[in-house]
Amino acid sequence: MPPETLSGDDVVHLATLARIDLDADERELMAGQLSGILAAVARVQSVAGSDIPATSHPLPLVNVMRPDVPRPSLDTEEALSGAPAREGYRFRVPRILEED
Amino acid sequence: MSELLQRTAADLAELLAAREVSAVELTRAHLDRIAAVDGDQDRGIHAFLHVDDAGALATAAAVDGARARGEIVGRLAGVPIAVKDVLATRGMPTTCGSAVLRGWVPPYDATVVSRLRGAGMPILGKTNMDEFAMGSSTEHSAYGPTRNPWDLERIPGGSGGGSAAAVAGFEAPLAIGTDTGGSIRQPAAVTGTVGVKPTYGGVSRYGLVALASSLDQAGPCARTVLDAALLHAVIGGHDPLDSTSLDEPIPDVVAAAREGAGGDLSGARVGVVRELGGAGHTAGYDPDVLARFTESVALLTAAGAEVVEVDCPHFEYALEAYYLILPSEASSNLARFDAMRYGLRVGDGDPGATAEQVMSATRAAGFGAEVKRRIILGTYALSAGYYEAFYGSAQKVRTLVQRDFAAAFERCDVLVSPTAPTPAFRFGDKLSDPLAMYLNDVATIPANLAGVPGMSLPSGLAGGLPAGIQILAPARADDRLYRVGAALEARLLAEWGRPLVPPALEVSV
Amino acid sequence: MTATIGSGVDVTGFDDSLLELATYEEAVAQFDPVMGFEVHVELNTRTKMFCGCAHSFGAPPNSQTCPTCLGLPGSLPVVNEAAVRSAVRIGLALNCTIAARCRFARKNYFYPDMPKDFQTSQYDEPIAYDGWLDVELGDGEIVRIPIERAHMEEDTGKSTHVGGATGRIHGAAYSLVDYNRAGIPLIEIVTRPIEGTGARAAEIARAYVGALRDVLLGLGVSDVRMEQGSLRCDANVSLRSAADAPLGIRSETKNVNSLRSVERAVRYEVRRQAARLSAGHRVVQETRHWHEDTGMTTSGRSKEGAEDYRYFPEPDLVPIAPDPAWVAELRTGLPEAPAVRRRRQMAEWGFGDLEMRDVLNAGAAELISETIEAGAAPTAARKWWLGELSRRAKAADVGLADLAVTPRQVAALQGLVEAGRLTDRLARDVLDGVLAGEGEPEDVLVARGVEVVSDDGALTAAIDRAIAANPDVVAKIAAGKVQAAGALIGAVMKEMNGSADAARVRQLLVERVAAE
Repeated sequence: MPPETLSGDDVVHLATLARIDLDADERELMAGQLSGILAAVARVQSVAGSDIPATSHPLPLVNVMRPDVPRPSLDTEEALSGAPAREGYRFRVPRILEED
Repeated sequence: MSELLQRTAADLAELLAAREVSAVELTRAHLDRIAAVDGDQDRGIHAFLHVDDAGALATAAAVDGARARGEIVGRLAGVPIAVKDVLATRGMPTTCGSAVLRGWVPPYDATVVSRLRGAGMPILGKTNMDEFAMGSSTEHSAYGPTRNPWDLERIPGGSGGGSAAAVAGFEAPLAIGTDTGGSIRQPAAVTGTVGVKPTYGGVSRYGLVALASSLDQAGPCARTVLDAALLHAVIGGHDPLDSTSLDEPIPDVVAAAREGAGGDLSGARVGVVRELGGAGHTAGYDPDVLARFTESVALLTAAGAEVVEVDCPHFEYALEAYYLILPSEASSNLARFDAMRYGLRVGDGDPGATAEQVMSATRAAGFGAEVKRRIILGTYALSAGYYEAFYGSAQKVRTLVQRDFAAAFERCDVLVSPTAPTPAFRFGDKLSDPLAMYLNDVATIPANLAGVPGMSLPSGLAGGLPAGIQILAPARADDRLYRVGAALEARLLAEWGRPLVPPALEVSV
Repeated sequence: MTATIGSGVDVTGFDDSLLELATYEEAVAQFDPVMGFEVHVELNTRTKMFCGCAHSFGAPPNSQTCPTCLGLPGSLPVVNEAAVRSAVRIGLALNCTIAARCRFARKNYFYPDMPKDFQTSQYDEPIAYDGWLDVELGDGEIVRIPIERAHMEEDTGKSTHVGGATGRIHGAAYSLVDYNRAGIPLIEIVTRPIEGTGARAAEIARAYVGALRDVLLGLGVSDVRMEQGSLRCDANVSLRSAADAPLGIRSETKNVNSLRSVERAVRYEVRRQAARLSAGHRVVQETRHWHEDTGMTTSGRSKEGAEDYRYFPEPDLVPIAPDPAWVAELRTGLPEAPAVRRRRQMAEWGFGDLEMRDVLNAGAAELISETIEAGAAPTAARKWWLGELSRRAKAADVGLADLAVTPRQVAALQGLVEAGRLTDRLARDVLDGVLAGEGEPEDVLVARGVEVVSDDGALTAAIDRAIAANPDVVAKIAAGKVQAAGALIGAVMKEMNGSADAARVRQLLVERVAAE
C-alpha cells in the first residue's frame, strides 16, 4: 500500500521525473495539497476486488488499423514552423547530456 | 443588440437558406457583438482568446457566393461558430489556455474543425478555457478568466467556460466544447445553455489536444437542444485518423430533437440517480438547484415518462477514480510540451544550458499551478510500485461504474441528475482548495468514465443564476438525450414563457 | 547521470583502464558467461508505424514528418496493418506464441529526439512470446537460442551533435534533430538469458545475430542493414562464478553495428568484467558503448536506480487481437527456415560442407539458387558467383547482390558458353557489357560481335595463312611434334581476335598439316 502523504523530497523526485523545476515554496505547498488529494482518493484501492477487470478503454474496440498506404507528409517548412530554434531544415535543441 | 443575435441556429439556418440574411451580415453582427462585449482579461465576458474577423468573413462570403450560384451547401452553412482553444486550427493560434503554447499556430486542422469548415461555418475565433482543460471555472487560464454573462463577478464554469459564455452572451450561436469530466456540461449548467458530451468515439479526437485520452470528447454548445443536435450531426461520425472513433453512423440526433420537441415522452423510462443529489446524497447540493431538478423531473412525468429511482452505488467512487486516471494520462499527454519542437522555450540563452535544464525551466514557467499539481500527481500514480494501487485500482472502479450504468440502463432509457451541485460561484471561492473545486464534477464524471453520452440543459434559476439538469443515455444512444432533452425544454419553455437569458444583455466593456 | 565517453570512469568512481585484462580464454575458464540480446529491426513497410508518412533512408531532414510523428499537440496514432503482419510473421518464424490479444503501452521518458516524450511500445502484452531460434555454429553444431518476446514499437528521431569533438554527444554545444526516423516501425526481439555457452559465448553471439538476420531477410520484412541501423543489436553480458551460481550483474552494450562487432564486443565485455571481478570490484549495471576503432566498450548511463518509465496502456490505441485464421494463413506462408533451406540446398546441389561454407561466407547462396533455377548447373553457378563475379564485386567494392547482373543473366551467359557460342574469355567480355548496362547477354554478344567463329571457311583461310608463314613449325608437326601446334593455334586465335573455338582450330590445323 503506497504512503498517503508526500514529503517535499518525494515531490522533488517526482518533479525531476516530470521535468518541472519547483522552488522550495511550491514544493511544500504541493506536498501538502497532493497529500490531501491522495488521502481523498485512497478509497479506490479498497473498492474493487481482484476479480474485477480493469477498464482502460470506455468502449471495447479491437483491431483498428490502417492500410500501409502513404499519405502526404507536412511541407518541411510547416513541420519546422513552430520550432523555437532551427538550423537549416533541422530543429535546433540545447546540448543533450544524457545518452538515450 | 441586434435581434438577429438572439435567434436560434436553426432559425438562422432557415433565414440563410431563404437568403433573407447573408452569411456575411450574420457573421459581421456576431463580430460586432464580440467587439462590444468580450473585452479582455480585465473586463467584459472575455470568452475569446483569439478572434478571426478576416477568416470568418471570408468563409461567410464564400458561402454567400455558393448560395448565389445555387450550389448545394450544408444545413448550417453560414452559421458562425466559436471553437474551444483546445482544438487545432490551421493558421489560427491554438494555446489551450496555456502560456507554454503562446503563439503556437498549428500546421493542421482538427477533424472537428475540418468538418466545420466543410460545412461552411464561419469560425469566429478560439474560446478561453482552463489551462489544458484542467478546471471547472476557467480561472486556470493563463490568459485571465472568462466571466459569466449572468454575473460578471462569477465563474462561467470550466474548463470550457469560454465556449459556454460565448453562447450565453450571444457572441456566437454555437460553439464547440470538449468534455473530459464535465467541461461541456457544467459550464452549460451555470451559464443557462445546452451542452452535450457525445458517446466516447462518436466525435473524432484527432486534433483535440489531449488531456485524458480515454475520457476526452468534443461536443456541441448551444442555446437550444435542436441547435445542439444540428451541430452534433455536423461534427459526429467515424474518423480513420482516430483509432478510438466508432466506425458506425451516429444516431439521427436532429430527428430525435424534432420528435422530442412535441413534448410527449409516453413510454420513456427515466431513472433518477439516487447517488447524485437524491435522498441521503444531498450534501454539497444547493437546495434551489435540487428544487429545480425535482420540478424538471415532475415535468418529465407530466410528459408521460415513467420515472423511477435507481441506485448506482459505485458513482460515489467515480470522482476518486477520475482524479487518478486523469492526472496519470495527462502527465504523459503533456510531456510533449518540452520546448524542443514548438511552443515556449525558457533558459536557452544561458551559456551551457542543457536540453534537460531547458525542459524543466520551460515547464516550470509555462505551466500553471493546477497543471503542475496534476502532472506531479499523475507521475506519482503511474510510478513503479504504485501503479496497481492507484491507476490499476481506478481502472477497476471504472469497470464498476460501467456495470452500474449497464444495470441502470436495463431498467431505464435515460438517467437524470442535477448537472452541477451549485450555481456559478464567485471568482476565487474555490481556487485555494483543489478538492472543493473537483467536487463540481461529481455528477458529470461517471459518464466520462463509462464513455456514455450526457447532456445538460437549463432547469431554471437558483437564486437568480442558471441551474442545469443532466440527462445520460447508453453508449451509442445519443438520440435519446435529444428526444428527452427537447421534450423537457419544450415543457420548461411553456412554463417560463420565454427562454432563460442573462438579465443584462447589454454588457458594457 | 552524466555520460562519460572518453573515460573509463563509472559511477563507482573506478576506472576500468587501470585493469589488467586477462585473455578471453582465461576469462571464460574462470567465469561462466551469460548473454542476452535485444535486437531492434526497422520494418520495410511503406509507411511509419502510426502515421501515413513514407520512410526512406537518406530523405532530406524533416521532409517525412506529419503532426503524428512530430508529436504535435492533438495528433493521434493509428496502427499500420502491415507492421502488425510483419510482427506476426517474425513471431512465427521465431517459433513464438502469437498473443490472442495484446496492447500497446506508453514508455514515459523525456528525450529531445522522442517527439511525444513517451515511446509507444508494448510492455506486459507483447504480440509474440516464448519462442526459439536454432543457430548453426561453424562446426555444424546447433544451439537453440530461447526467445522471450518480440514486440512492436516506434523508432525515435536522429540527433546530430554540433560543436563537440567528432560529433559526439560529450562536449557538444547544441544538437540538431531530424524526425524523419521518428515513428518508423520497429520490432524488438528479446532473448531469454542464454546460458551454458561457456567459451563459445562470443561465437554464439555472432551466430545468433547472423541467423536472426537471415531469418528476417528470408521473411522480406526488413533491409536488415546493420551499418544503416535498420538492424541494431544491444548485447547484455554478465559473468558468474559457476554455471549453477546466481546470475551476475550485467552490462548492456549498445548499438553494436556489425556481426564482427557483436563477437568482439562480447569478447571484450567478458574480459573486462572478469578483470573487475578478479580485482575485487563489482560489475556496475549500466549502458556501455562499443567503439569499433579501439575494440573497447566505455561506460554510458548507469541503470542503477533505474529510470521509472511509468508504463501504462496506450489510451489512444485499442487492443490488437489477431484473428487465429489469419495467423494460421501467415504461418502457412512462411518461407523455409534458413538453416533447413541450406541443408536442402546442399543436398540438391551436391555441394560438400566446405563448398557450401564458401558459398555462405560469400553471401551467394540465394544468388546461386536463383541462377540454378534459371537453368544453370549448380557447379557452373557456383563457379560464376564465387569466381569472376566475386572478383568484380571486390574490385567495385560492392556486395555480390549489388552487381548489375541478375542470376537469370548469369544463367544465360553460362548457356551461351555451353552452346559453344562463347569461350570463357568471350563470356567475360559479354559480362563486361552486361555490367555496363548494354543489355541481355545475347544482345551484348551480337552488339560486340564477339561470337565464337564457327565458320570453317574463315578459319581455314586463317590456318592456311599461318601454315604459309611458319613452314618450320609445320615441319615439326609433320615430324610428330604435335605440341608445336600450339604456336600456330595462337597465331590463328590472334588473327581471329579470340573469337574462335581453340579446339576446333586445333582439329582443322591437324587435318591441314596431315593433308600437306
